[in-house]
Amino acid sequence: MNRLAPAVLAFLVTTVTAFPAAAQVRIAYIDPLSGAMGATGEHGLNELQFAAELANAKGGVLGQKIEIVPMDNKLSAQESLILLKSAIDQGIRYISQGNGSSVAGALIDAINKHNERNPDQTVVFLNYAAVDPDFTNDKCSFWHFRFDANSDMKMEALTSHMQGDKGIRKVYLLNQDYSFGHQVAKAARAMLTAKRPDVQIVGEELHPLAKVKDFSPYVAKIQASGADSVITGNWGNDLALLVKAARDANLHVNFYTYYAGTVGVPQAMGEAGVDHVKVVSYWNANGTPPSMEPMIEAYKKKYGATSDPYSQALRSSVEFLVAAMKKANSTDPAKVAKAMEGMTLEGPFGPMTMRAEDHQLIQPLFIGTFVKAGGKLKRPAEGTTDFAFRLEQKLDGPATARPTTCKMRRS
Amino acid sequence: MELALASLLNGVTYGLLLFMLSSGLTLIFSMMGVLNFAHASFYMLGAYFGYVISTRVGFFPALILAPLAVGAIGAAVERFGLRRAHASGHVSELLFTFGLAIVIEEVVHVIWGKTPVPYRVPASLDGPLFTLYSSTFPTYKAFMMAVSVAMLAALYAGLTRTRAGLVIRAALSRPDMVEALGHNVPRVFMLVFGGGTALAALAGVIGGNAFITEPGMAAALGPIVFVVVVVGGLGSLAGAFIASLAIGIVQTFAVSLDYSIHGMSLSRVAPVLPYLIMVAMLIARPRGLMGTRES
Amino acid sequence: MRSSAWTWGASAALLVALPLVFRSGFAMSLFCQAGIVAIFALSYNMLLGQTGLLSFGHAVYYGLGALFTIHALNFAAAGWHLPVTLMPLVGAIAGLAFGIVLGYITTRRAGTTFAMISLGVGEMVAACSLMFPGFFGGEAGISANRTLGEPFLGITFGPQIQMYYLVAAWLLLATAAMYALTRTPLGRMANAVRDNPQRAQFVGYDPQWVRFMMVALSGFFAGLAGGLAALNYEIVSSESLSAYTSGLVLLATYLGGIRVFAGPIAGAIAVTLMQTVLASLTTAWPFYFGLVFLATVLFVPGGIAGIVLLHKRLWEMRLARRAAPVYARMALPVALVLVAGVLMVEMAYRASAGVSLRLAGWLLDTRSTGTWIAVVASFVAACLLCRWAWRGARPRWAEVSAAIGDAR
Repeated sequence: MNRLAPAVLAFLVTTVTAFPAAAQVRIAYIDPLSGAMGATGEHGLNELQFAAELANAKGGVLGQKIEIVPMDNKLSAQESLILLKSAIDQGIRYISQGNGSSVAGALIDAINKHNERNPDQTVVFLNYAAVDPDFTNDKCSFWHFRFDANSDMKMEALTSHMQGDKGIRKVYLLNQDYSFGHQVAKAARAMLTAKRPDVQIVGEELHPLAKVKDFSPYVAKIQASGADSVITGNWGNDLALLVKAARDANLHVNFYTYYAGTVGVPQAMGEAGVDHVKVVSYWNANGTPPSMEPMIEAYKKKYGATSDPYSQALRSSVEFLVAAMKKANSTDPAKVAKAMEGMTLEGPFGPMTMRAEDHQLIQPLFIGTFVKAGGKLKRPAEGTTDFAFRLEQKLDGPATARPTTCKMRRS
Repeated sequence: MELALASLLNGVTYGLLLFMLSSGLTLIFSMMGVLNFAHASFYMLGAYFGYVISTRVGFFPALILAPLAVGAIGAAVERFGLRRAHASGHVSELLFTFGLAIVIEEVVHVIWGKTPVPYRVPASLDGPLFTLYSSTFPTYKAFMMAVSVAMLAALYAGLTRTRAGLVIRAALSRPDMVEALGHNVPRVFMLVFGGGTALAALAGVIGGNAFITEPGMAAALGPIVFVVVVVGGLGSLAGAFIASLAIGIVQTFAVSLDYSIHGMSLSRVAPVLPYLIMVAMLIARPRGLMGTRES
Repeated sequence: MRSSAWTWGASAALLVALPLVFRSGFAMSLFCQAGIVAIFALSYNMLLGQTGLLSFGHAVYYGLGALFTIHALNFAAAGWHLPVTLMPLVGAIAGLAFGIVLGYITTRRAGTTFAMISLGVGEMVAACSLMFPGFFGGEAGISANRTLGEPFLGITFGPQIQMYYLVAAWLLLATAAMYALTRTPLGRMANAVRDNPQRAQFVGYDPQWVRFMMVALSGFFAGLAGGLAALNYEIVSSESLSAYTSGLVLLATYLGGIRVFAGPIAGAIAVTLMQTVLASLTTAWPFYFGLVFLATVLFVPGGIAGIVLLHKRLWEMRLARRAAPVYARMALPVALVLVAGVLMVEMAYRASAGVSLRLAGWLLDTRSTGTWIAVVASFVAACLLCRWAWRGARPRWAEVSAAIGDAR
């Protein structure tokens, strides 16, 4: 995405005077576009741009087109704040971000402060993947909207699915040692004991984030504990390496995960993951209604046959934005935020509601299993041709909703 | 008991891989005084080259071709880049390798993308070798161990039995004297640098498919390799061997043992342990375990 | 480097006038960031340039200073009274304290051993940061609000411009202090220890004590920079302690020039510009970053300050007229090499992402071999042209360099 000359010009102009908002709805996409998480960020950018194109094809909103402005935050919270200021200076009022709850937390804080100090220049944050439950509980903000199910909701769905499986007797919890991993472990323990008191949690382990290359010691511990299932919030390489190590050591357990379908993981798991890995997600490529076919085909044509448009949350965020702007008949963030609260739209898998009390989107969730593609499973997993996710269970929105402790301060 | 044995095996395998990586770095560090920050980057290049060659030609040819190719690149880097930086002092050499690491990572990004590549273990080496109680030990890990040991043996033989090895060993502890005796030390440096990077590449070819081959692999393994080299001692391959095994085993056992210090489980402290060992070693005995000279 | 009241006055005036010319919030943030990195880089140069200590863990003092400051801010919000203006001092004192403790451990040896110890200590502290989330804040870090307490003369530190003036004021103070330090006996001893530790020892100074003092003091200023960073971003996370930050300050200092006192300031500005402006223009920025660094190490070890000083000498010695033809001859070939090189790199990055390169209305298809051949060929041609031009210019340049060298 190169806009060399206009970008230079924009910089020169904005450094001399602050530039008023242009007649276009612009969303700044602040996520890592380089470095270790660059691939995930780039995937999200593609999906967001595609979603904007879809909206523009339907005429945009209030006579304006939607434009995405990518900004590389290198997964740094500090960098994101600088980019936020730059975006605000360029007249951008909507921020989209998802990779890293740490970054999202910093953005929410900074946006709250900015909106408080500059009430005529408010900014709205559309969070598509940062799943720390705090953002729609104790740290909720009027200016923040979350379009992904938060980590507790996902655990709710996973444990509901596990509730019915009598084969599960002993569960091991293995997670990354940071706030998200801690939360997954905590929620897993609480919800499992509530739903299946007969199930024994035989071990709980935390490992350093993105640092472990050899999971065999952890696999050995899981084996020693006698577990038949492992619940893990691991993402990226941490998940792929874990599954590989399990296969190498001949460990027969089922993995219950959050992120098995994301960029890089299906490819890295390969054969090792077949029939053993389950995932909770708001997207299932093989469960889409026929009305989604043209969209999926268009996406694959543009980004490659093995690419899977799994970031439904990004499309939802654009759809909700457009609908809210039309309802408020304005692009002013404060008015749009008010209009977005409580809104319900029809999504590809069922109705999606942006809950007013905490700005958490309530949408259907799926449990899927990683298997070999073929037969009815026409759409492969991201980055592969031979593997796909089979739909095991669908939970409608209301079944996934959880109570909230949010006491939102509305200005 | 089962856990201890499994951990020991895993620790030894990991340690041997570390040794493959650090042997090259020890040679380079000891001889040229250059801390090659880009060493792990050559490991990464080896993995990627191994991937490309093994998908086109085959895994076993890749074992030979990839290290040769990367070694050639390493020699070229030394000849055209490092030698120039050498004139400005140790700091410049270090900084050069620093910048090199950044550039190599970017080149890898451009050519192969940012996602992991599907570099797989060859089918002939896939599968379990033997069963240990209820878990299995994969054949490939045994292969890794075998290659590391073979490499150590070959290195040892090469250094002690050949004339070139004699010169290199002399230069390891007394580089100035060797130059005074009339040997073409710059050429020796080039060969050693190329050889060191070839060793790293070999480690990459072998380790890349067991662990994931992706652009972040250099940054992940880099610091640990330095720890090994420093702890093992300058100028000593045997020291590097012992240090890599020690660190590999310590890190593996730290994870498997359910031991707690002040309420913090050992497995959470595990990432810090190698650095603690390194700092302690540097304070107590700066020449390392078996170093022949200090810095 | 001869300083004068004039230089200091002009710098102060420049700092005051800057926000009046560039008024946007983004520029303000940029200046704040550059100012903070400048103090950090200057503190690092106390070790690298003045004492000859290469450290890979300098971010420890910066990060810990930032953490202590952000906690102090939170304490202040809960009632403990310290004006926000003086908050960076909390960071500075924390940096000093850790400089004393860690400095004692790390300065037992010098040279490469010191570098490795600093690397180990740096990694250790960074690894600890995820183990003690209560203090370090874990992944999300610790945040605070700098607009606390009663506004003093209308200053709340809410608007970025007020933050900028705070950074500018501390920058002036810190630079003056560090410069004064170079003029003290300790500063001179540090230079002696850098140049010839054995001889310094013979004369009667203890190199270890000198290094220890320099580490402690540079920790003070690094902590000061960290404290300002905490106020500026209102968030501190473990990346302030990371190897990346240590590497960044090393790059900035070296790029600016380690032999000149003000060199690191130039390096800090350059690195900040590269990180923000360049990054917004192209995804290839880390590649350019690495290349610039390699080029500096190989061809311009004196850094930006070195280049500036060279030209200052040229001017003073009235050699500019003799050197001018060299520049005239090399200007076009070098420009062509740069343009063709950038084009090639951008094409490569676009090809990797699967998109085409759009440049001022033209569309360069990254998939067509024809375009690629054209671009690569033009790069090769430009290089050859440059080589030919340099062959003609070299005698003249050698003459000029010799003249400068003789006059020293």
